[in-house]
Amino acid sequence: MATTSDRILIGTRKGLVEARKANGAWTLHEPLLPGQPIAYAMHDARDGSDWASIDHGHWGVKLSRRKKGGDFEEVEAPKYPEGSDTTAKYYWVLTPGHADRPGTMFVGTEPGGLFSTTDDGATWELNKPLWDLCVEHKWMGGGRDGAGIHSIMIDPRDPDHMYVAISCAGVCETKDGGATWSYANKGMRMDYAPPEEQDKEYGFDPHFVAMAPSDPEVLWQANHCGVYRSKDGSQTWDEISNKPHVYFGFPITAHPTNTERAWIVPMHSDNNRTTFDGRLFVMRTDDGGATWNEQANGLPQSGAWDFPYRHSFDIGTDGETLAFGTTSGNAYVSEDGGDSWQVLSNNLPLIYSLRFA
Amino acid sequence: MAHVSFTPHLRRFFDLPDAFEVEAEDVAALVQKLDETWPGLAFYITDERGRLRQHVSIWVDGAQIEDREALTDGVPPGSAVHILQALSGG
Repeated sequence: MATTSDRILIGTRKGLVEARKANGAWTLHEPLLPGQPIAYAMHDARDGSDWASIDHGHWGVKLSRRKKGGDFEEVEAPKYPEGSDTTAKYYWVLTPGHADRPGTMFVGTEPGGLFSTTDDGATWELNKPLWDLCVEHKWMGGGRDGAGIHSIMIDPRDPDHMYVAISCAGVCETKDGGATWSYANKGMRMDYAPPEEQDKEYGFDPHFVAMAPSDPEVLWQANHCGVYRSKDGSQTWDEISNKPHVYFGFPITAHPTNTERAWIVPMHSDNNRTTFDGRLFVMRTDDGGATWNEQANGLPQSGAWDFPYRHSFDIGTDGETLAFGTTSGNAYVSEDGGDSWQVLSNNLPLIYSLRFA
Repeated sequence: MAHVSFTPHLRRFFDLPDAFEVEAEDVAALVQKLDETWPGLAFYITDERGRLRQHVSIWVDGAQIEDREALTDGVPPGSAVHILQALSGG
């Protein structure tokens, strides 16, 4: 969750780029961890640290952390335990634990494991009950070769109440700190599955799920099969798609205080994962998804075929500053809730993640 | 003692010398000894199951090791060991 509106961490294929706003202007700084593929980068407001997930390719996946005022240093990497017969392929998302639990951090991985630390990254533990579900139900890959956890949400009212979203399984919920998990996908569809599979309570492909910061009962979901919203803490999901522009896409961004407002960046379709007609634009709803309005001012309206990945669209704490980054290394920022946009950069490497810090 | 050399790419993460001498019965033991000198190095060369990472190669006296799973290839005294990476990506 964002903690500012004037600092952005951009995880690119060739390093971590920091964007800062000062005196009304944005400045991009030289990459930290230069040359290294940054799968995800985020800020932990509890202690002021920045974290980066690094996908070295040759040398495996690693975690690095910069304590407030310090430099990035590698920390212990979450490892699958003996007997699991697997290895960590990708640290897809990092999420700080509850405000009341300093030193707690969560990592969602491919192949479908949730790791946590309670000692600030010194040691990590795989959540066994959730992993058992992954193995038992043979979660499939979606977006990556193996199943993966890409969204982690913690209820600000209760540190033991969490959601994770898995491609492909769907949303899973725990109310007891991870001891038991249940699927929470009522109302969702999986058009891509064989007909006899479609009644199952898992197998869904959430692209990204965001909890409304001001009301944890409200969850927004960009799914492979449309856009959805839950207003009862994921007990049921309502489809809020509005074809053609509000259906397929990866990120979804929730307003920090207005539970009716959210944004997506539309893609053409599953079969054609580019923009509509080379036009890059954002869609915003102000009424819980009943209606959507296009926001294109300042964004390229021809010849733009790049799009943001699921972790590359975020909003600052002011509720007005938005930013996203694309597969071609273009980054844009809006300071008026998406009504107008300006270029942050047209020359970054591929952007894997973009998060306000 | 075997003479070990490393790809320069690994020096980005560890303060490695041009060459290092180590006594080990097989490649698994060699990697373990390297990890004792540079903690964490083994996890760059192998995964958490101890298997050689896909795009890493280890050469002993001019031949790539055969056992990429358990690294049981022997390391005779005086042999030359190279730890290299495949050239891939962009």
